[in-house]
Amino acid sequence: MMSTAAAASPVKAVTRSRLFWPAVVLAVLLAANLAFTPDFFAVRLQGGHLYGSLIDILHFGAPLILVSLGMTLVIATGGIDLSVGSTVAISGALACLHISESTDPGSLATVLTAAGIALGTALLLGAVNGLLVAKVGVQPIIATLILMVAGRGVAQLITDGQIITVTSDPYKLIGGGYWLTMPFAILLSALVVLATVLLTRSTALGLLLESVGGNPVASRLVGIRAMRLVALVYVFSALCAALAGLMVSSNVSAADGNNAGLWIELDAILAVVLGGTSLNGGRFSIGGTVLGALIIQTLSTTVYTIGIPPETTLVFKAFVVIVVCLIQSPAFRAKLAARGARARRTARPHAAAPTTNREVGA
Amino acid sequence: MRQQPVLEVRGIRKEFPGVVALDGVDFRLFPGEVHALMGENGAGKSTLIKVLTGVHPSDGGEVVLAGERVRIAGPLQAQQAGISTVYQEVNLCPNLSVAENIFIGREPRRFGLIDWPAMRRRAAELVRELELDVDVSAPLNSYSIAVQQLVAIVRAVDVSAKVLILDEPTSSLDRDEVRQLFAVMRRLRDQGVAILFVSHFLDQVYEICDRMTVLRNGRLEGEYLTSELGQVELVSRMIGAELAGLDQLGGGKRRERTAPTGPAFLQADRLARRGAVEPYDLDIRPGEVIGLAGLLGSGRTEAARLLFGADQSDGGTLRIEGTVTALRSPRDAIARGIAFCSENRKTEGLVGELTVRENIVLALQAARGWTRPLSRTAQDAYALKWIRALDIRPGNPEALVRNLSGGNQQKVLLARWLITDPKLLILDEPTRGIDIGAKAEIQKLVANLAEEGMAVLFISAELEEVLRLSHRVGVLRDHRMVAQLDNDGGLTPERVMATIASGAHA
Ligand SMILES: Nc1ncnc2c1ncn2[C@@H]1O[C@H](COP(=O)(O)OP(=O)(O)OP(=O)(O)O)[C@@H](O)[C@H]1O
Ligand SMILES: [Mg+2]
Repeated sequence: MMSTAAAASPVKAVTRSRLFWPAVVLAVLLAANLAFTPDFFAVRLQGGHLYGSLIDILHFGAPLILVSLGMTLVIATGGIDLSVGSTVAISGALACLHISESTDPGSLATVLTAAGIALGTALLLGAVNGLLVAKVGVQPIIATLILMVAGRGVAQLITDGQIITVTSDPYKLIGGGYWLTMPFAILLSALVVLATVLLTRSTALGLLLESVGGNPVASRLVGIRAMRLVALVYVFSALCAALAGLMVSSNVSAADGNNAGLWIELDAILAVVLGGTSLNGGRFSIGGTVLGALIIQTLSTTVYTIGIPPETTLVFKAFVVIVVCLIQSPAFRAKLAARGARARRTARPHAAAPTTNREVGA
Repeated sequence: MRQQPVLEVRGIRKEFPGVVALDGVDFRLFPGEVHALMGENGAGKSTLIKVLTGVHPSDGGEVVLAGERVRIAGPLQAQQAGISTVYQEVNLCPNLSVAENIFIGREPRRFGLIDWPAMRRRAAELVRELELDVDVSAPLNSYSIAVQQLVAIVRAVDVSAKVLILDEPTSSLDRDEVRQLFAVMRRLRDQGVAILFVSHFLDQVYEICDRMTVLRNGRLEGEYLTSELGQVELVSRMIGAELAGLDQLGGGKRRERTAPTGPAFLQADRLARRGAVEPYDLDIRPGEVIGLAGLLGSGRTEAARLLFGADQSDGGTLRIEGTVTALRSPRDAIARGIAFCSENRKTEGLVGELTVRENIVLALQAARGWTRPLSRTAQDAYALKWIRALDIRPGNPEALVRNLSGGNQQKVLLARWLITDPKLLILDEPTRGIDIGAKAEIQKLVANLAEEGMAVLFISAELEEVLRLSHRVGVLRDHRMVAQLDNDGGLTPERVMATIASGAHA
């Protein structure tokens, strides 16, 4: 047998966990906020509702968490879904249109029908993506680009180029209301995350998805119905996006075909990658994705709280993202460590080496 | 020794999380020698090579190249320093052409632009030198793993290097290609190139190598002259135990058994696929082992793939247990009790980033569907059982498959199909890269499974192995099944070779 290195210490086990670096990054970002906002971590109960910056991050991050969740499974199969932003817009537009045209916008039935219309449409949109990718064999980035571009137009057609505002208490609850002291959006997204974890990890779905993404050829030879799985994943992603669309429009009580969910696909992809799921497909981590989405949301919050001028916001965000990605790359950390070690070595003169030392290449 | 070594390592150490792969290994390579690196699966051969070529940074020790201590930062630097390598797993670009793969990174240029005609011409010459029949402008992935391996070799020997490293270059080649390769190796050796050669075929090692270094469990066992260490001795150095003789490893006599009679499990009747294999007939009964022999590219794999639904046939009929069946996908075939262990473990077999356990249960789980997951206890039981039965090392079910040594990966692939308990097991080069001890174990296992009633289709470039196991041998030549020979004791590798050569019933 192979000699085994000293039993892995618990510290090592933690640092090697896939969630370690995303968690560290999130913690550092949150701590950095503390320096500017001393009561950043404070959560207070007021009028039966919880308030505080942490709650805000979770609340405003909820749609991104949902979209990223769907994106995670798509990316696990080796694909990508660029159409989620448009789906967010379409879903919000359809729901708000239905409510605004209904005779009784405040009734639960109206809101449920609106949500049903939005989710049903998303199901269709996802199925189109799924068929294009799995059956027709179109590259995922192209297949979903179609809906990304066309979908924006569709959303504007639905809203007739206007912003549809609605007044409906049950609808307001989804994205802007409270339930059991918590913003309802947080509970809803937590529920969906939990259900997805259960669905993928207590069945064999997760394993099969990872296999399809990790080695599609081998997966076919092993008898996995890859086509069906891949198609399903795009449907799931669209459903998540539609739910996020309901949240976004509910929160502002309005549907804006132009701006709702704009660029959210990029944030979602970023969240998935920050969470440690490779864009090459294969192993995925839902926990990591949630951390990734929270990192991005915290970053947005930070930009406001420390008062970074709006024109430099994007540059600041990009800078942080680059640093985060570098820190998470094992190759980069190894290089950094080696550089540090060499610097220490050269700082301390030592006896001449018996043979000449030459670096091959750079 | 007469000269200064061209390459020398001292006290090399390499640790992976949880494993010490190399522990204080010394190794010397002299100009103008062919040097074998020997050891069991997982002994650390490939790791040593990867440390030498800068794929992995070492955790200790030093590398001396032509008298100078060097730090090799990566494969490119190794190449620039005159070390040319063929790694165990072919790492070329599958969708580029053969010619492009041979010249990638050093394309012939004219006026600053790539000179395509010159590149194709040069590539064709190089390929012809190995007496290979390939179209250099065809994409690499249109060829079998053996041809891909040869292309990697062509590429490596063409860059004029001081050191040539070949990690199991012959694992899927048959005699002729091996002979061709050895001729090239001898020529290079005579020009003063130092060659490091890894192979689990002892005959090849004794034919071509001057000296050898034996590794065991990541430690240096010793350095020997080939002429001074017998095969039996070598094997006991490798496994660290005394051996009565090579026969103990199952290298000896073939099994005398009468071919089972009765209804066939599978009957192929004029089954064909245009461009892949001409119409052929084949009956396989429960308990029967059918071998497929033929040269590289003769259509063995293609014939087998039709029986698994991996490719669709476009002619003839297939009967499974008496009923005519069209296999539309591998899934269909699996549902009817057929398993297919592909020759190409990397691209068609394993999912590298999944664990050993997950890879082992994958086929079984896929057959059950995602709603009926195997319990974790069941998965662990399967994994542990086969880790023990096939001696997969390290014996950790949670190790990532891509971190296993080549031979151990092959065992994982085998285990995956064995747990599905198939009625027909198609094995395409199942012992590729497997060490001599484990190979005997696997052969014994296949024979036992057949005795218990499993039908087996066994493909191997190693004729001895085919003859040892099969009741009948189908001979293919130019995508055509030219003969089916009964293996009744009188069948010798020579007769099979003669049949292949003449392409007629012998
Ligand atoms: N990247 C890696 N991460 C972790 N462990 C590794 C890695 N690469 C190799 N190992 C381990 O190092 C040991 C030596 O592996 P190596 O590939 O060098 O064996 P080998 O002698 O080439 O065997 P084979 O004959 O099967 O090719 C094995 O235990 C293997 O599991
Ligand atoms: Mg190896």
